[in-house]
Amino acid sequence: MEPSAVLKSLNGGVPITWYLTLSAILFALGVAGFLFRRNIITVFMCIELMLNAVNLSFISFAHQHRQVSGQLFTFFVMVVAAAEAAVGLAIILTVFKNRSTLNIDEIDTLKN
Amino acid sequence: MFKLWLIPALPFLGFLINGIFGRKLPKAIINAVAIGSVVLAFLWVLKTGAACDWGATPLRSHYFTWIASGAFHVGWDYSIDKLTMIMLMIVTGIGSLIHIYAMGYMEHEEGYYRFFAYLNLFMFFMLNLVLAGNYLLLFVGWEGVGLCSYLLIGFYFVKKSATTAGNKAFIVNRIGDFGFSLAMFLIVINFGTLDFGRVFHLAPGKPVETLTAIALLTLFGACGKSAQIPLYVWLPDAMEGPTPVSALIHAATMVTAGVYLCTRSAVIFLHAPIAMEVVAIVGLTTAVFAATIGLTQFDIKKVFAYSTVSQLGYMFLGVGVGAFSSGIWHLMTHAFFKALLFLGAGSVIHACHGEQDMRHMGGLRKYAPVTMAVLACASLAISGFPGTAGFFSKDAILTAAYAHEPWMYWVGVVTAGMTAFYVWRAFWMTFWGEYKGHGHPHESSWVMLGPLVVLAGLSLAGGFLFNVPKILSTMPGLTPEIEVPNEGMLMGISIAAGLLGIAISYYMYVVNKELPGKITSALGGLYTLVYNKYFVDEAYDSAVVRPLIEGSTAVLWHGVDQGVIDGTVNGVGYEARSIGGLLRRIQSGNIRSYATWVVLGSVALLIVMGFMKGLPQ
Repeated sequence: MEPSAVLKSLNGGVPITWYLTLSAILFALGVAGFLFRRNIITVFMCIELMLNAVNLSFISFAHQHRQVSGQLFTFFVMVVAAAEAAVGLAIILTVFKNRSTLNIDEIDTLKN
Repeated sequence: MFKLWLIPALPFLGFLINGIFGRKLPKAIINAVAIGSVVLAFLWVLKTGAACDWGATPLRSHYFTWIASGAFHVGWDYSIDKLTMIMLMIVTGIGSLIHIYAMGYMEHEEGYYRFFAYLNLFMFFMLNLVLAGNYLLLFVGWEGVGLCSYLLIGFYFVKKSATTAGNKAFIVNRIGDFGFSLAMFLIVINFGTLDFGRVFHLAPGKPVETLTAIALLTLFGACGKSAQIPLYVWLPDAMEGPTPVSALIHAATMVTAGVYLCTRSAVIFLHAPIAMEVVAIVGLTTAVFAATIGLTQFDIKKVFAYSTVSQLGYMFLGVGVGAFSSGIWHLMTHAFFKALLFLGAGSVIHACHGEQDMRHMGGLRKYAPVTMAVLACASLAISGFPGTAGFFSKDAILTAAYAHEPWMYWVGVVTAGMTAFYVWRAFWMTFWGEYKGHGHPHESSWVMLGPLVVLAGLSLAGGFLFNVPKILSTMPGLTPEIEVPNEGMLMGISIAAGLLGIAISYYMYVVNKELPGKITSALGGLYTLVYNKYFVDEAYDSAVVRPLIEGSTAVLWHGVDQGVIDGTVNGVGYEARSIGGLLRRIQSGNIRSYATWVVLGSVALLIVMGFMKGLPQ
């Protein structure tokens, strides 16, 4: 078979619902981790997980509708995520230096 | 054309130059600008007068439409008729003389340029007042002269009494102006115009009640400006201003604006007989009332101030009994002799180094003979001595009063006697006897004496040089002198009253100097009452001023301002803070709780979207 035909059969073989279900599961995992974990690094990674879950649904829809805009969005999200990772990790480092802890429940000075 | 606008524009230019650059200009230039502008205005009046046959052919210039609202138009119109012409001559002529005098009088004063700037501004507004062709433009001048009066009374603003006197003059005038404004509103409602010509053309066809209301409100305005009962209280206090100001504004020109206004509105007054009666009674009452106060005062300027109030009362009496032109005649002669009395008083005060109390003067005839001579002329004129200016005009008013109501004549004659008494009392106290003041008195310079001599000439001869009633007889409503059967006898009685007043004052203050003291102690309480001006100021204070201040403090300040306005503002702030205090608890500082809020919010949003079947379109 020609490669395009293989792809076509494969695509036809895995319905879009599966991709979306996976995306939802990943997103839910991210939310749960964000809510219930106390280590900042873990929380941070959970945020990345949520972003990528959203990326997955973008890609799936883009593929199904044969439109490029969904893929473009993914690139934007990745760029923002990269920048956010740089800034976020820098903040975490500074917080750790000043407070010697990474437990988010203990970092609550900014209140009232 | 005649360029009528040039007449007020010249003093206004002088005001601008001296007002803006005066601080840096040398005195010679300030003098040239201030006096030059007024003298030029006087010359321009003369030229205009010669060109229009002294107002016999009325001139009218429309410059631009000031207010246009539907069918209602107010233009910037100047007009000249005989009445305006007489007023213009008085204002610019006497104004010029007083400006020249002031150059000498104010020589050593602080704020020299400021004084002349104000004086020029006053001339501008006063000329605007008399040139105006409609009520509203007249009102511009009316308010403007009030402003200048306020500024000049408070000229020595470091003196507390001067600033309070300025405030008093301004506020009392506001009360009168309120009446005048109401009169104008009534005119607009009933006539649809404020133009003199059209209002007077339409007036005869209007109901008497309307015209009476307009006339009475106009009179109320005139009472404020011309210091008549009940609003006369500001004028005696206005003597805090420099003496040339007292002469120009508070004797010769501004205070006569009320008489001018009533005469200008003669057509309205003539159709409102009740209002005429009120004018006559107000004038007569003021004349007697102020004259009695004048008998007892010791401050030379206060004596002349009460005399001014009294003489203005005479003018209103003339207007009230229908002798408008005699009122204007007395306005003119009064401008001559009262300006002279004040300027002479200024010269006396100058001679005595600023002393104003007549008990500390005396014997000045040796030191200031020219001042004495000119003041004698003025005193003769105000006493109605036969042949002098005051004699003609006062006699015309009294004769007209006799024709109207004989008792008014008799009251007027008694007042004339009192007038002669208090003016000559001031004269004897100042110039006879021994000098009782401090320092060495000296005669004033000729810059000051020159205008005095000119005014003395006018006080003596002004009566038969300018026969105002004859000049005005062609104007509508301004009838010539009223003929009375036994006029000679009436004239004789009023002359006798004047001479008697002079004789009594001579006896009391030159021959038998113990007498005034004895009379004073014999009268006791009555003397105290009159000496304290009948306690009118105190009565006004407790009847009007105190209740107003206390009411405003209790209701407007503590009630409305602090209670309602501040209460609302502070209440809103307080409530916002307490609601904020509740909301503050959400911000716990715990990141996971924030995350929970975000998740809950998203879930809520999803549920809403589910119910609405997708996003709202």
